[in-house]
Amino acid sequence: MLKDITLGQFYPGDSLVHRLDPRVKLVLMVVYIAMVFLVEGFLGYLFLAAFLAVSAFLSRIRIKFLLRSIRPVLFIVVFTFVLNILFTRGDHPILEWGVLHITWEGVRFAVFMSLRLVFLLAGTSLLTLTTSPIALTDALERLLKPLNALHFPVHEMAMMMTIALRFIPTLLEETDKIMKAQTARGADFDTGNLLQRAKAMVPLLVPLFVGAFRRADELAMAMEARCYHGGRHRTRMKVLRVSRADGWACGATAATLLLILLERLL
Amino acid sequence: MSDIIRVQDVSYEYERADEQGELAVRGVSMRVKKGEWLSILGRNGSGKSTLIKLLNGLFLPTHGSVTVGNFDTRDENHIWDVRQTVGMIFQNPDNQIVATIVEEDVAFGLENLGVSPKEIRQRVDAALAAVRMSEYAAAAPHMLSGGQKQRVAIAGALAMEPDVLLMDEPTAMLDPGGRREVMETVERLHRERGLTVVLVTHFMEEALRGDRVIVMQDGRAILEGPPRELFAKEAEAICRAGLELPPMAELARRLRAKGLSVPGEPMTVEEMAAAFGALRRERRGKHAG
Amino acid sequence: MPVEVRDLTHTYNEDSPFAAAALRDVSFAIEDGEFLGVIGHTGSGKSTLIQHLNGLIRPTSGTVIVNGLDLSDKSTDLRRVRRRVGLVFQYPEYQLFEETVQKDIAFGPRNLGLDGDEVQRRVEEACALVELPFAAVRDKSPFELSGGQKRRVAIAGVLAMEPEVLILDEPTAGLDPAGRDAILALIRRWHEGGRTIVMVSHSMEDVARLADRILVLDHGKKAMEGTPREVFADAGRLQEMGLDVPAATRLARELSDRGFDVPRDLYTLEELEEALLRAFGEGGSAC
Repeated sequence: MLKDITLGQFYPGDSLVHRLDPRVKLVLMVVYIAMVFLVEGFLGYLFLAAFLAVSAFLSRIRIKFLLRSIRPVLFIVVFTFVLNILFTRGDHPILEWGVLHITWEGVRFAVFMSLRLVFLLAGTSLLTLTTSPIALTDALERLLKPLNALHFPVHEMAMMMTIALRFIPTLLEETDKIMKAQTARGADFDTGNLLQRAKAMVPLLVPLFVGAFRRADELAMAMEARCYHGGRHRTRMKVLRVSRADGWACGATAATLLLILLERLL
Repeated sequence: MSDIIRVQDVSYEYERADEQGELAVRGVSMRVKKGEWLSILGRNGSGKSTLIKLLNGLFLPTHGSVTVGNFDTRDENHIWDVRQTVGMIFQNPDNQIVATIVEEDVAFGLENLGVSPKEIRQRVDAALAAVRMSEYAAAAPHMLSGGQKQRVAIAGALAMEPDVLLMDEPTAMLDPGGRREVMETVERLHRERGLTVVLVTHFMEEALRGDRVIVMQDGRAILEGPPRELFAKEAEAICRAGLELPPMAELARRLRAKGLSVPGEPMTVEEMAAAFGALRRERRGKHAG
Repeated sequence: MPVEVRDLTHTYNEDSPFAAAALRDVSFAIEDGEFLGVIGHTGSGKSTLIQHLNGLIRPTSGTVIVNGLDLSDKSTDLRRVRRRVGLVFQYPEYQLFEETVQKDIAFGPRNLGLDGDEVQRRVEEACALVELPFAAVRDKSPFELSGGQKRRVAIAGVLAMEPEVLILDEPTAGLDPAGRDAILALIRRWHEGGRTIVMVSHSMEDVARLADRILVLDHGKKAMEGTPREVFADAGRLQEMGLDVPAATRLARELSDRGFDVPRDLYTLEELEEALLRAFGEGGSAC
């Protein structure tokens, strides 16, 4: 059944990485992405790989899950690889055949570019695997709070995210129900050309939208009844606290960043 | 008992863009006494759901006034005081849960009121314990049953420490098990904490548990009184309002119509069995005499 | 015999960690013109069962044969099954989508590929069956109607497909007593007109009043099957499964326990009224 499927790809757990403050994780993720783009040379990649490996090990997420996140974009990784091999010019040819020029530089660059992509995906997956969407939303709201000064509706955006997350399983279930009800009335969602299929969606989408509006209306009323009046003077039950582990995580990230910068400069 | 809610000659008109407005509530006056259980009965479209939404300022009266405690619901400065005094549970269990974790949802109202994190924690834990949902504190709402969702909603209202709990057909979408769960929870809170309950329903068995009943028809309050008295004396008016008597009250009425005088006002199976026990003793007495 | 279910087992998300058996080895048959009540608490497998009967899902194992069409046979066209068996879901008004009542009811017949006149005839007939004034509602938006009327339109949408078997899942959920009685009266009339009906309900009172036979599901298994009298005679077992027993049955049993001359297996108020008048009425003796 649809409702058994976990939302996003959060993998519940109680590891060191799971327990890190989501704000810290988000900031470190930004630093990590910076590292991925700064890295140059074998040693740098080695440091980055070590950093990722240690984080993954501490998160107790199986490598299988991490690699799974790469599968949907594997095509792009391979494409990048081939593109770089074919079109990077260099002085140390391996193979020359007609218009094809494959050089050592090309191979090296292609490997590095693909690795960058893999690191990028594996790293961000590690974040979403160890942090629930709701914790991420929470962290975003708190980190972006200064933007309030620029009249950016930080709280409202976060509340919308929360409600969306809350209602995705409900709406999925409803979609399933309406689809079955219309199928029982002879609707066909699976055959026909693109236009016919698009038209076949009307009996599904109209009730779904009508239902969503009804829900929105009722939810707004329920929120008002519970004294919701925006983000002003609002407190939170869960206070995020930076722990010692967060300190270690920051330290480790800083050290890796330093090593990568050193390699780049030297 | 003092009045906690006073409704004075209230009418409410739904605004319609294209045509004339529709009067959903017409000149209703009523009171809710502190500590009582008041049931509002009526068929769909009788105005009962509109009336209950007037009691916490979700709707503001077109005519007349609604006072909660010392505050008129039209007084914008005190609307949050009104809503804190009067908690509300809705019919659809799904559409009133905001957060993706049970305890965060229970905390929602308190967060809106700006209560300190430490106190929110205590009150949330206490509210979940009161509805016996503590073990589901970290669960995702969409994995709960309908009855459990309604109990979470009750905990969310309870955490705000209201005097009155308004419930708009809280069991209409539940199965019999869920219905029992919710009614038992509300009954316990009413009994143990003296929580004032206003229950909108068309299940007559649920109304039987209360102190007082108001029957709505076409936007008007047509009957008012203790449930047993009303079900016994106003059977016809109740049927005309599109409702029906509890099965045992209906049986007693039919038997009496056929000349069998059932003693007392039996409303439940147990009471009916006892009434027949009494009838048998009475007849044996006559035979002996 | 229009429907035969043999050793039906259905497992959701087979081969995944979320695998859950919704039905296990369920067997029963539905005779022509019969009214079968299906009861069981939430999660007992009722919904899964009726979705099989309509060909919305295929069995994991076992067979479901609808008028000679075998659902477990992969070559069976499920759409042919759906023409013979109409399924009205719970809260069917949430499936309405067309601009007018007329178009919405016509959706099913049009999907059957019928011509315009035939579609029109069926729409009007379906409207009459649910007792909606066709002329007054045909051009209205279904979304403007009252709750009870919306439900009638939705049911008409299924009736217009002229199924031989009509399955209704909780057709009275959310209605008030008057609305509920009206819908139940309609269903009773269709049954009396010769239609085969399967009704899923939480309400023992409703099932007791209408069904010829009752199927009780518990944790995906068939727990009981028989006439209402047979099923309600075993009231203790129903209560163990967390199901209700009609108030009439409870009173009959209570009185019988107290030594009154009242049969224990009564299940409608009318029967009970008669039995009590016999026992207590003019000339009747209490013991």
